[in-house]
Amino acid sequence: MSEILHEYVEKLKAENAEWVSDVKDALGEVTITVPAGSIADASRFLRNRLEFDLLADICGCDRGPEEDPRFEVNYHLFSTIHHNRLRLKVLLPEDSPNVSTVTHIWRTADWHERETFDLFGVKFEGHPDLRRILLPSDFDGHALRKDYPLRGYEPYSMN
Amino acid sequence: MGLENNLFDSLPDVVTVKLDAVVNWARKSSLWPATFGLACCAIEMMNTVSARNDLSRFGAETFRASPRQADVMIVSGRVSRKMAPVLRRIYDQMPEPKWVISMGACATSGGVFDNYAIVQGVDKIVPVDIYVPGCPPRPEMLVHAITMLQEKIMKESSKDRRDTFEPESRQSIVPGTLPVTEGTALERETEIEVAQNQVSRPYTIPSRHERRRSS
Repeated sequence: MSEILHEYVEKLKAENAEWVSDVKDALGEVTITVPAGSIADASRFLRNRLEFDLLADICGCDRGPEEDPRFEVNYHLFSTIHHNRLRLKVLLPEDSPNVSTVTHIWRTADWHERETFDLFGVKFEGHPDLRRILLPSDFDGHALRKDYPLRGYEPYSMN
Repeated sequence: MGLENNLFDSLPDVVTVKLDAVVNWARKSSLWPATFGLACCAIEMMNTVSARNDLSRFGAETFRASPRQADVMIVSGRVSRKMAPVLRRIYDQMPEPKWVISMGACATSGGVFDNYAIVQGVDKIVPVDIYVPGCPPRPEMLVHAITMLQEKIMKESSKDRRDTFEPESRQSIVPGTLPVTEGTALERETEIEVAQNQVSRPYTIPSRHERRRSS
């Protein structure tokens, strides 16, 4: 299984070697670490040439305030043609958690990116409508960050 | 020809009675709850009107989906902060007189969900008449709460009721209209301090809420 996935990695490297900064193979799953600047280009190549036509999920991750880079964004890809799964990972520093959007490549990324922005504060540049999606629109902070206090910053009041 | 003929025969034509007693009797005998099922407590609330526990024995089985037709709001389940303005709006839409039953530990106090997402007690949003403990309370407890509410209604007076809107209800904020924030003031302060190398980033920033609790 993972041999086929490594073929994809080789194809990706052959197209542009800068797109792949690290490859991890664990439990039959392959994770490619992509530099933050080239996620859109790599995604377009994966979708159009390697036929990863389904974006199954985007999830954020906070590795803790003491880590550098602090944030991760994981893209779970699936090919309904070849039935393969691939994971892309982007590492983002704490002071500028910005990454370009992939909404123009997979439309479904819209709400996933809004959720990641909502809960982790990762800003997706070029997103058509980057608003909160789960938390109330007047919410303070980003709830799934490790340094977010469990009870929130403010005691609740309707005003 | 039935009960009223028997009554007519046995009673004088004119009966003198306190207006409050009649009005309250009428009100308590046909409480129409507004369904506000938010979580697992709602399952018990549905059970309460089912054949086994039969809330219609107490005249409160007519659950209405429209707040305009309801007297009593049974808040069953945890109220999230996003649901809070909606709940308040539905309460405001109910005509006077109206009562609220807070059903279960979560609606009463937040229950096990002592976190940023859940309102710590629905009484922060609407005035509550009866609190029902339990996680979730049994249908019998909700029936008991209804009967307690009926006792409470019998003690009320029409003179004490304000049939006008509270001014604050006019100012209730339409959900989803507020702008997205860039982060908290506390967060920005910390960012500036970290940038000036005064402090390392704290793992947990105590909230004002927590500070007040510890002092």
